[in-house]
Amino acid sequence: MELLEEVMSRLAQAVPEAAAEAVPNPAVPAQSSLRVAPPHILAAARFLRDADGLRFDFCSNATGVDWPDRTESVKVRRLVDGMEKEVTETRPHPGYLEAVYHLYSVELRRGPLVLRQRTAGRAAGTALVSLTPVWRSCEFQEREIFDLFGIRFEGHPDLRRILMWDGFQDHPMRKDYQPPEDYEYEPTPHGEVLEKAQRQAAAREGFS
Amino acid sequence: MSAPAVTMAPGFELRSAAETDPDAPDLLEVSLGPQHPSTHGVFRMNVTLDGERVVTLKPVFGYLHRNHEKIAEATSYLASMPYTDRLDYFCSLTNNWAYALTVERLAGLQVPERAEYLRVITAELTRLQNHATVCGFLLQDMGALGTPLMYAFREREKILDLFESLTGARMMCNYMRFGGCRCDTPAGWIEQAGKVTANFGRFLDEFEALLTSNEILLGRTQGVGILPRDLAVAGGISGPMARASGVGYDLRKVDRYGIYDRFEFRVPVGDHGDVFDRYMIRVLEMRESLKILEAALKQVPPGPIMDPKAKLRGFRPKPGEAYGRIESPKGELGFYLISDGGPNPYRYRIRPPSFINLTLLEDLCRGHSVADTVVILGSVDIVLGEVDR
Repeated sequence: MELLEEVMSRLAQAVPEAAAEAVPNPAVPAQSSLRVAPPHILAAARFLRDADGLRFDFCSNATGVDWPDRTESVKVRRLVDGMEKEVTETRPHPGYLEAVYHLYSVELRRGPLVLRQRTAGRAAGTALVSLTPVWRSCEFQEREIFDLFGIRFEGHPDLRRILMWDGFQDHPMRKDYQPPEDYEYEPTPHGEVLEKAQRQAAAREGFS
Repeated sequence: MSAPAVTMAPGFELRSAAETDPDAPDLLEVSLGPQHPSTHGVFRMNVTLDGERVVTLKPVFGYLHRNHEKIAEATSYLASMPYTDRLDYFCSLTNNWAYALTVERLAGLQVPERAEYLRVITAELTRLQNHATVCGFLLQDMGALGTPLMYAFREREKILDLFESLTGARMMCNYMRFGGCRCDTPAGWIEQAGKVTANFGRFLDEFEALLTSNEILLGRTQGVGILPRDLAVAGGISGPMARASGVGYDLRKVDRYGIYDRFEFRVPVGDHGDVFDRYMIRVLEMRESLKILEAALKQVPPGPIMDPKAKLRGFRPKPGEAYGRIESPKGELGFYLISDGGPNPYRYRIRPPSFINLTLLEDLCRGHSVADTVVILGSVDIVLGEVDR
């Protein structure tokens, strides 16, 4: 936690517009993370890499996380017909996609510092800022996030699919990904299998 | 000279770049692989050549992609353990360890003393057989067909026999558990491991006498594929490849995971960052591993091999996330896990060292000949099971 507090105070002085937020991690408090808003993450990342005493020159790991829409049911006390009653309300939490970076300092032997940025929503083509200009090791890993999660990275030099083939259309690591029905065992799909295959083909056409 | 954009043509294709870009000089687009013995698996390099020189090189992979991460998110924590064997199938025991280490960090489990020793012993044996094989393959790529590789494989067999008598499997060991190891050593195993370790030093002496000062080896490797130190750090290069470039960063020393702080060993670091340094670092690392093994095999204490608090069934870590990494023979192998309190990991991510070490392949190969490209790729030490996941 000390590392995170130090980084946050330094970052607040140097790049105040980044408005970094600490995200506590209950399982491993030493690996709590720092969330920065996408427009300023490039400046923040450059500062983290170059500032004396920080020098996070080694981006070990970059990955995506999918957080789909969810609703939370909460019990609240409300006045109903003049009587105070306990009612259950549902609160919507809109989903988002997240990119997580694990930074280390090879020079100072410190780390990890966990850096996160999140998208506004989960729509196709949603974008974040690429950190490849700061840490070259993100090049393939951000391509992988683009491939498997569907986050576009602005400023990436060569954003193409990397593990799936070029003609593939979906993003398989998203939580709501539906794998296509495997009907290859059936030379002529019919009945239920055919219906499923047609439904999925229609859904894929709508996917942009 | 303007290089044309490399198209992603499927299969093997020989096409003059002048067809796509009339202004370009006579560039040749070649698809090296995926079915090529020098690519160490199903790996393809889309190369643009000016005569014999490499102008651009784009690695293409994913032929072995099975979305291991998605499969792991759909099963329980423990059920992914055998799958980790299949990542880097030369080093299943270090894969097991990296995964077990991360889950232990996530769930706060302690590992008993004897299990820690068994982990170090198996991991260092894994490093020995991996490095020996890689040096053999590297020489094979240079045209020393068969002999050095078979010498390396002969030694590797002895280590695999040890793995077989310990875990029941030669390559897919599935040995570690969260909070310990799956089974204890059979009778006489420690003594047998001591014999193999003692003999391995002699094999290394022989291997080096035959090869290290060989003129062809020096000619093919020195000054080829130079990776500067700063680029290695920025590119996230780890393991022997980074240390050959002068980055003295060994996680066994930096993170001191497990019980590595109890052993005396040095971290060899290269000066030039060329293919020869990457070969030599691996040879020197094998000698350091022998030191660790000798000490560990002497000190290994009796006792339990599992944390009594560890649960095999109904294992549900509390919500939170953890990143754990170890020094696997290929480099820094990391696991990133997010738990939502359920029986399956919410997010399961592997940081594959051979995948990230390929990031700079184009930078290393540019300007070299095709024959050198093959040697440079061999010195990166990739396993496609881990690159593609």
